[in-house]
Amino acid sequence: MEITLNWYLTLSALLFTMGVLGFLFRRNAIIMLMCVELMLNSVNITLVAFSQYLGDVSGQILVFFVMSVAAAEAAVGLALIIAIFRDKLTVDVTKINLFKY
Amino acid sequence: MTAPILFFVFAIVALAAALGMLLSKNPVSSALWLILNLFCVAGLFLTLNAEFIAVIQILVYAGAIMVLFVFVIMLLNLSDLPDLKKVEWRRIVAFTMGMGLLSMLTFISANALNLAPNPPSLAIAAENGSVSNLGKVMFTQYAMPLEVIGILLLAATIGAVVIAKRKPV
Repeated sequence: MEITLNWYLTLSALLFTMGVLGFLFRRNAIIMLMCVELMLNSVNITLVAFSQYLGDVSGQILVFFVMSVAAAEAAVGLALIIAIFRDKLTVDVTKINLFKY
Repeated sequence: MTAPILFFVFAIVALAAALGMLLSKNPVSSALWLILNLFCVAGLFLTLNAEFIAVIQILVYAGAIMVLFVFVIMLLNLSDLPDLKKVEWRRIVAFTMGMGLLSMLTFISANALNLAPNPPSLAIAAENGSVSNLGKVMFTQYAMPLEVIGILLLAATIGAVVIAKRKPV
């Protein structure tokens, strides 16, 4: 049996859906950030699969850039969580309402 | 493309690990499940002949980013763990069905409009993911974006330090 492009795309779609569901249904801000990482990863699978399928290296370069941005995002996001935790002593996103009032 | 068994093993473990991450109550076990998932995705990259990306995946994601996550979890010492919201299964099912329908429609219309790409020969595809090939393109055609990414990482580092710093009282 041949593994075609569609298998990779299906897997990527499933992982992305799981990431979105986690982002919507978890309340812990750290786990929400992890779900964002999961979504970025599933997109990376799509990019690499298409890059192989088309024989074009650009897709893999883009994956490299996505990983750099993900690293930057994780650093800044976790710093924000630490700053908010210092203030509110919680990472529960339903209890953090800085923009209310 | 290559070895179906490898693909299925990695895919199933990746999906199971993602599910474990979603459902575990403890943030630390969530992080460990995510690390397993990232390793499986690196394996999937290997089945796609993308060695460089696979190594970078393990180095950057499983190495750097997840250590940062686990470190922050440790630092915050979460005593009262906020657990899952009251799960509304109807919404989850509706969302999943909607995503499935959307992807199916996109796939069908892409096929109907002949947007599906034509695969090249296997020799080109195997040569594609090698480090030398990737490096050549990265430092010639994409040299400018590479510099911009460097600046972005510097800005993110400084920003993270400034944001997480204790405010002067």
